[in-house]
Amino acid sequence: MVEENERPQAGFQFSNFGRNEALVARGFQMPKCRKTGTTIAGIVFKDGVVLGADTRATEGDIVADKNCCKIHYLQPNMYCCGAGTAADLEMTTQMMASQLELHRLNTGRQVPVIAANTMLKQMLFRYQGYVGAALVLGGVDKYGSHIYSIHPHGSTDRLPYTTMGSGSLAAMSVFEARWKPNMELDEAKQLVRDAIAGGVFNDLGSGSNIDLCVITKDGATMTRPYDVANVKGQRVGKYEYKRGVTEVLNTVVRPIEIVSETVKVVSEEDMDTA
Amino acid sequence: MAVEMAMEPDYMRDPRKHHFSPYMENGGTSIAIAGDDFVMIASDTRLTRGFNILSRNQEKVLRLTPHTMMASSGCWADVLTLSKVLQDRITMYSHEHNESMPTTAVAQMLSTMLYWRRFFPYYVANILAGLDEQGKGVVATGASVAQIQPLLDNQVAALNMKGATPPKMTKDLARQLIHDAFISAAERDINTGDGIIIHTITKEGKTEEMVKLRRD
Repeated sequence: MVEENERPQAGFQFSNFGRNEALVARGFQMPKCRKTGTTIAGIVFKDGVVLGADTRATEGDIVADKNCCKIHYLQPNMYCCGAGTAADLEMTTQMMASQLELHRLNTGRQVPVIAANTMLKQMLFRYQGYVGAALVLGGVDKYGSHIYSIHPHGSTDRLPYTTMGSGSLAAMSVFEARWKPNMELDEAKQLVRDAIAGGVFNDLGSGSNIDLCVITKDGATMTRPYDVANVKGQRVGKYEYKRGVTEVLNTVVRPIEIVSETVKVVSEEDMDTA
Repeated sequence: MAVEMAMEPDYMRDPRKHHFSPYMENGGTSIAIAGDDFVMIASDTRLTRGFNILSRNQEKVLRLTPHTMMASSGCWADVLTLSKVLQDRITMYSHEHNESMPTTAVAQMLSTMLYWRRFFPYYVANILAGLDEQGKGVVATGASVAQIQPLLDNQVAALNMKGATPPKMTKDLARQLIHDAFISAAERDINTGDGIIIHTITKEGKTEEMVKLRRD
């Protein structure tokens, strides 16, 4: 029996908060998060949903990853696009995928999309916005096709089309102009591609390729990359170096003295399969 | 209480700190390489503010005299003002001396003009490039991004290599290095892209070439 005061607390530990504040006050630099500028989007079409994302991850003004994956797996019928702090997104979606899988095994049914939405918003609200995850959740279940946008503080919207990230305005302008109910698959894919391309070209935080994920009642298909929106420039010169141009700054030679030598024979043994 | 606070004269209140930030970073990358009988100066054509692209086609190389050019980047408003004042003073010089201003003189004047504003500076990084009186290439005052300077140090000046000597700088090599440096910078720097314009100044005159970069 665990004593009440020994039981580990749920959620974040804030005991180091005061110490960290004191360290900052004395001039210690806190490590920074990688916050990604992003364009993500999702729409509902006739037979399901289409999710889309760019593939650029940034650290300030520098591109940290030119081809990262921002469409995360939750369930065979459910995927989730993420914008915000890379580590938070990765961990949140992994945690959610495992919880949803346990939920599916407990209930013996396909998990409805609204359940994932509720679990995500409850988790994010508990962390009061400190988990920097802005999500576009999409999936198909027995109740139909659903797109949810989930903000870091835990508010959610169920929408026929939505965008998030620093390129959300560019992408949304494409949806506002061209989205309509009951679109065909090809038309829907083209619309999401164009929306993400709007972010890729007009938002500096987004770039490189465009990934798409189509979910229907028959399952999900990820296409990565769906479109290489930017061709890499070709360098003219060859930059190879002759042997020995790297200068040896110092050399230390340590002789190894062999004091004694023993040979240990190890006999082969069957693997323990008990 | 709130009314009472409002009635209080300002000299009775605690001092308040005000912030004034007149500068803006509009990006821009420039490179210049000098040879024996030429100088090449190039800049990208993207103008930014935060995560937005203000222009994909904004040249940042200014034509100052028939044999001098300047690439400026930083706060675009300051670039415009500085270049306007600089142009005026170059015109005044040519009227007074009845000849176009030499590159070395422009460099000296630019330095003086910038230091004049030591405590409220023009937020501009400049590269001045031109031919001197003997027709040799001159590059003064440097500004570049972290990705490009090490490459140029290595390929132009043969730095950080044992036993290597700097190559003879030809127009072809300079053009190749500028081209490749921008291609590489556009891959990893979000503020660099869209295109570059490479200017070449020789005794015979000036030429320019446009190269496209990725637009994301």
